[in-house]
Amino acid sequence: MFDKYSPLEDKMVQVMDNEGNIINPDLMPDLSDEQIVKAYKDMLFERTADLMTVSYQRQGRIYTYPPNYGQEAIHIASAFVIEEDDWVVPAFREMGIYLAKGATLKEIFLYFMGYEDGTVFKNAKNILPISVPIASQLPHATGVGYALKYKGQKQAVFAYVGDGGTSEGDFHEALNFAGVWKVPVVFTVQNNQYAISTRKENQTASINYAVKAIAYGIKGIKVDGNDFFAMFSVVKQARDLAANQYEPVLIEAVTYRKGAHTTSDDPSKYRDQEEEKQWDRSDPLRRLKTYLIKKGLWSDEQEEKLVSEYKKQVDRIFTEAENYGPYQLEDVFKYMYADMPEDLKQQMLEHQRFLRWKQEFFKTQKQAINN
Amino acid sequence: MKVMNLVNAINNALDIKLAEDKNVIVYGEDVGKEGGVFRVTEGLQKKYGKERVFDSPLAESAIVGTAVGMAIAGLRPVVEMQFSGFVYPAFNQIISHAARFRNRTRGRYTTPIVIRMPYGGGINALEHHSESMEALFGHIPGVKVVIPSTPHDAKGLLISAIESDDTVIYMEPKRIYRAIKQEVPEEKFSIPLGKAKILQKGDDLTIVTYGALVREVQKAAVMAKKQGITVEIIDLRTIYPIDRETIRESVRKTGRIMTVAESPRSFSVASEITQIVIEEAFLYLEAPPRRVAGFDTIVPLPKGEYHYLITPEKILYEILNLVNY
Repeated sequence: MFDKYSPLEDKMVQVMDNEGNIINPDLMPDLSDEQIVKAYKDMLFERTADLMTVSYQRQGRIYTYPPNYGQEAIHIASAFVIEEDDWVVPAFREMGIYLAKGATLKEIFLYFMGYEDGTVFKNAKNILPISVPIASQLPHATGVGYALKYKGQKQAVFAYVGDGGTSEGDFHEALNFAGVWKVPVVFTVQNNQYAISTRKENQTASINYAVKAIAYGIKGIKVDGNDFFAMFSVVKQARDLAANQYEPVLIEAVTYRKGAHTTSDDPSKYRDQEEEKQWDRSDPLRRLKTYLIKKGLWSDEQEEKLVSEYKKQVDRIFTEAENYGPYQLEDVFKYMYADMPEDLKQQMLEHQRFLRWKQEFFKTQKQAINN
Repeated sequence: MKVMNLVNAINNALDIKLAEDKNVIVYGEDVGKEGGVFRVTEGLQKKYGKERVFDSPLAESAIVGTAVGMAIAGLRPVVEMQFSGFVYPAFNQIISHAARFRNRTRGRYTTPIVIRMPYGGGINALEHHSESMEALFGHIPGVKVVIPSTPHDAKGLLISAIESDDTVIYMEPKRIYRAIKQEVPEEKFSIPLGKAKILQKGDDLTIVTYGALVREVQKAAVMAKKQGITVEIIDLRTIYPIDRETIRESVRKTGRIMTVAESPRSFSVASEITQIVIEEAFLYLEAPPRRVAGFDTIVPLPKGEYHYLITPEKILYEILNLVNY
């Protein structure tokens, strides 16, 4: 596949067209109907949860949030390939992958409500926290890959970055090290067309993003990231190469950020609705749903019912997260060092003295005013 | 005069310099069509074109590194770091090059760059969006560091920064980007770098502060006055070069010094001010100098940030402790 779809010729792997027809049967993954329905349901869950999260933000119930809207096929296809012992090194727009790894939606809510606890993903195996500084997580993936190889473990590392992130030095350095060390890392660029407002023409003069792999002596491939089947096949083969042959791979998954960069962003400033409509035609859920309906595996009625169940479920989880409780002063300090330095202890004690004084002082002040 | 907030005032200063000096170039992530994530550069690309105001690729190190090259070749780049928390990839370029070129080429090549960045907490932001790391820049020999606290000063100081022949780190307290509005002259004016400003006179203690904390100190001073304490407030405005004289003269008068800043306390600007006072006003001191600053911790995410932020109540508490020492 990697030879046939050379990024130098700007070829892109596709299996299914926008109308849900299989146009490339050779690459159609060997998945049962049940598995495909499961994948669709997972995508639907991610979308439902994601859209609801945006509306919670609009209601002022969480802080800034980066929507996943439109990128679900990349996440769920990857999640179907990633094995329990594999490592995931996130950026911040891969909700479906975190959930599949065993992170809970409650944790994700907590993170965007402003608790560090929410990015610990404490019951999920082998996943790092969300990483905000763009591309800075990629060298970690290469390092984890080195450790796995050193220990002789046949697992892969899955690392994520956006199209803008490919301009950062860390992206290039991570790929270069991965090539030199031959580590089992699959790097996925979610090319959603925008780095906040910046498009490809202001980001790179390369023909595509996958081609950047060539310079580092590793395999690169461009895939339709809104095509669940193509995405699955590519990630599956990439994992085989990485885990079994210690060949790092760079995947460019072409998609579209249907939402804003974050809830603080307003895309109407820099893109038009015509373009958004164009991309709606290749929406990943719409495509897979059309395929399933044509095969008699899914219906609008089923969908309506499931979405309404999901909504209730998400809302229940959200309310649970909202009742998480106060953020204790000790939690600001106690994770800074293995053993808290004396100076830091004193800073905490000083602050506690202030809080006691404040309570007393303002009580007295109030009394003075009232008298 | 026109009513401006900090964002308007910075935009206005950039506008004035772009108009009068063809060598001024403005770039960074999303500063072009979008006008920056805080809209600081809004409208400038439209007015001055894509060769002078433009989006760069997403790479802080290359943004500063290319600015070094442009500056050496005669331009005056004003670059934006989207948030101060993302400046770290550019540290190599700032420390190893922007700060050193003049000295190592014995004045032949200079780097008149302004590196703008929003900084500081209090806006319920994501990770890496709330830190106050001005001390890191203050510690770099060869760069100047400026932090305005009002729209008026933001404009005057930015114009001086752009006209400076040295690299200036211009840190914008984003918490007050839109919170403070005041009348600002529309025409060009500048405020010299390295000069602090006495915001109010007082007898009992001197408080040195800067950026978003100025407003909190002013609130605390009102509360202190009700307790019979008058505070002299100095807005530092420039972190480096630091205005030793204004600090010295004030402390010689009041006999007490407190620095209020949001950055971690250890190895901070507050520590530097303490040392200046010890060197220059030691015999006038009636109490040990006091640093009221952030904890030496990571700024907590929004649910815990209130523990970290410095409130007028906390400043009042420290004022009372200092005066009653």
